[in-house]
Amino acid sequence: MFWKMVFLIWMCAVIAAAFLLPAPQSQLGQVSRIFFFHVPVAWVAVLAFLLSFVFSIMYLRTRDSSYDAKASAASRLGLLFVIIATISGSIFAKSTWGSFWNWDPRETSIFILLLIYGAYFALRSAAESEERRAALSSAYAVMAFVAVPFLVFVVPRVYQSLHPTSSVVDVRFQMQMPPPILITFLASLLGFTFLFLWMFGLERRISIITARQKED
Amino acid sequence: MQTRTSTWATKSAWLLVKELKSEFRTRYALNAVLMFALTTLVVTSFSIGAFALTPRIASSLLWLVIFFSSMSGLAQVFIKEEEAGTANLLRLVAGPDTVFLGKLLFNLALLFMLELIVVPLFMVWMNVSVLDLWLFLSVLLLGSLGLVCATTIIAAIVSKARAKGSLFAVLSFPILLPLLIASIDGTRLSMEGEPLSAGWGDVRLLLSYLVVMFVASFLLFDSVWSE
Amino acid sequence: MAQLMGSMISLEAKDLGKRFGRRRVFEGIRFRLENKGSLVISGRNGSGKTTLLRVLCGLARPTEGRAIISHSGKELTPEQRRNLLGLVMPDLEFYGELTAMENLLFLSRVRGSNLTRETIRERIGWMGLKDRDDDLVFSFSSGMRQRLKYAFALLNDPRVLLLDEPAANLDQEGAALVHQVIDSQKAKGIVVIATNEQSDLRYADQNIHLGD
Repeated sequence: MFWKMVFLIWMCAVIAAAFLLPAPQSQLGQVSRIFFFHVPVAWVAVLAFLLSFVFSIMYLRTRDSSYDAKASAASRLGLLFVIIATISGSIFAKSTWGSFWNWDPRETSIFILLLIYGAYFALRSAAESEERRAALSSAYAVMAFVAVPFLVFVVPRVYQSLHPTSSVVDVRFQMQMPPPILITFLASLLGFTFLFLWMFGLERRISIITARQKED
Repeated sequence: MQTRTSTWATKSAWLLVKELKSEFRTRYALNAVLMFALTTLVVTSFSIGAFALTPRIASSLLWLVIFFSSMSGLAQVFIKEEEAGTANLLRLVAGPDTVFLGKLLFNLALLFMLELIVVPLFMVWMNVSVLDLWLFLSVLLLGSLGLVCATTIIAAIVSKARAKGSLFAVLSFPILLPLLIASIDGTRLSMEGEPLSAGWGDVRLLLSYLVVMFVASFLLFDSVWSE
Repeated sequence: MAQLMGSMISLEAKDLGKRFGRRRVFEGIRFRLENKGSLVISGRNGSGKTTLLRVLCGLARPTEGRAIISHSGKELTPEQRRNLLGLVMPDLEFYGELTAMENLLFLSRVRGSNLTRETIRERIGWMGLKDRDDDLVFSFSSGMRQRLKYAFALLNDPRVLLLDEPAANLDQEGAALVHQVIDSQKAKGIVVIATNEQSDLRYADQNIHLGD
């Protein structure tokens, strides 16, 4: 309970700072404030993907179904965060460059992640038994994770990037941000990560209770 | 008493021979794949008519045909075993490594067979010329190898689930995307007359993709194949 | 493989259990067979006999416990298991588009054994299929397929023979052949039979009854 209160206050502070501080990118103006929300959400989506990869491997090694439950919980949340990241990015794109979708490398990559999650859940619903569902989707999650890094090399080659990179966050993660903005950004990142972990814990408890219910 | 003289290569070769024999007699997969490819080519050629395709469009079209034709036939190699009830027979006598290699080689043969027919037809019907043959062939070869390496395990996955046909394409597409993009790009360069050195980035990516996908599938295959 | 003949072979089940989702098929199965001997698994339809047999031969993974096949105390590798086991089961199917001879030749080679074609033909002949060995399996009746399954199971002189519904689809002559097979196998190795037939219990050194 205590942590929930802390989290609430924390995020309120983050949101307030996001709107009260001077806009991160002066050329883009007010709309660049989305940076405080869009980027952390996208990073958490990638974290979720990484977690489902790790849990899938653990399932394949131990055949312990709780790992499969964790992998699918991480994927479910990952899907949610990817959708939020895609929509927020799309809104940003519309107000900055005039169109909702441009197939630039970042947009394409996040779309692929969306496709992978979609495929993962399509596979899970097509499996005929719980054992198969777990084994097949774990194997797929690992294959997908292994294929994704190639996108990083391939996609930029084909399309021009419209994503602002150099002005606020340099591509090689050298933060070129004045301290108040940096602090707010990191605070937002932490906040969204905490949100993810909290939701993940809830998903776990729900699935344990549901499993126990079915046994009775 | 029989003695052990076979290596993994021999066993995989025997599986490949069986697959080729079966396929030659039933022609399930080859028919599906060829029909799809030819129909697509004919329709596209008709609708394009005399219009000259730019290399960018032509290379995309070629790989689209290859991709969708593969989707219509490359999963058969596992699906027909599960549906005919012979999969357990195979599990009884062959190890997962043998099965993976044998099936992969068969899919490769199938894909090459398809390309042997479709690629020349494509060149003729779409009025496309390839200015640098080495680059073109390298990309075609590596792209095909990568495609088969990545999709063999997915075919095995799909054979154990419902809704097999559409599921194969849904699962394969995100994983194949890097391969498709690099292949399309490399093929385009070869059509524009760029030498092998210009396409080196694509070739390098295709090579590393195929190695990584092969190793990953090889390691994961047993968990999918065994019950 | 020569060194594995005549040595101590054992099949052991340690607290074997199998569940499909929440449905428990069997649990706590314990037995040990050494060198020569037979086990008959009996029970009503749906009691899990076939599933237990699948677990024993490695076609299914147990949810609890282990099935161990070893020789001279050392557990067999999967490859050795593939060569020492023979299985006859209703839902095992051959490749219909290949002939009987092609089927068995392929199965033998992909397993790593180099039995000559003549030997394979001979063994197909033992099961009464001599005239049909070059016919496509697709044209075989269910009784003939069952006979071919025996020819396949016995191809490698298995030390462990697993039979599910041994006389399924067979005429009197076929059933008599099966009787011979089981007796001869009991003399040189292990037999595990899953069956509905009360009469099959006569083969049993040990018996496990599944279900109620």
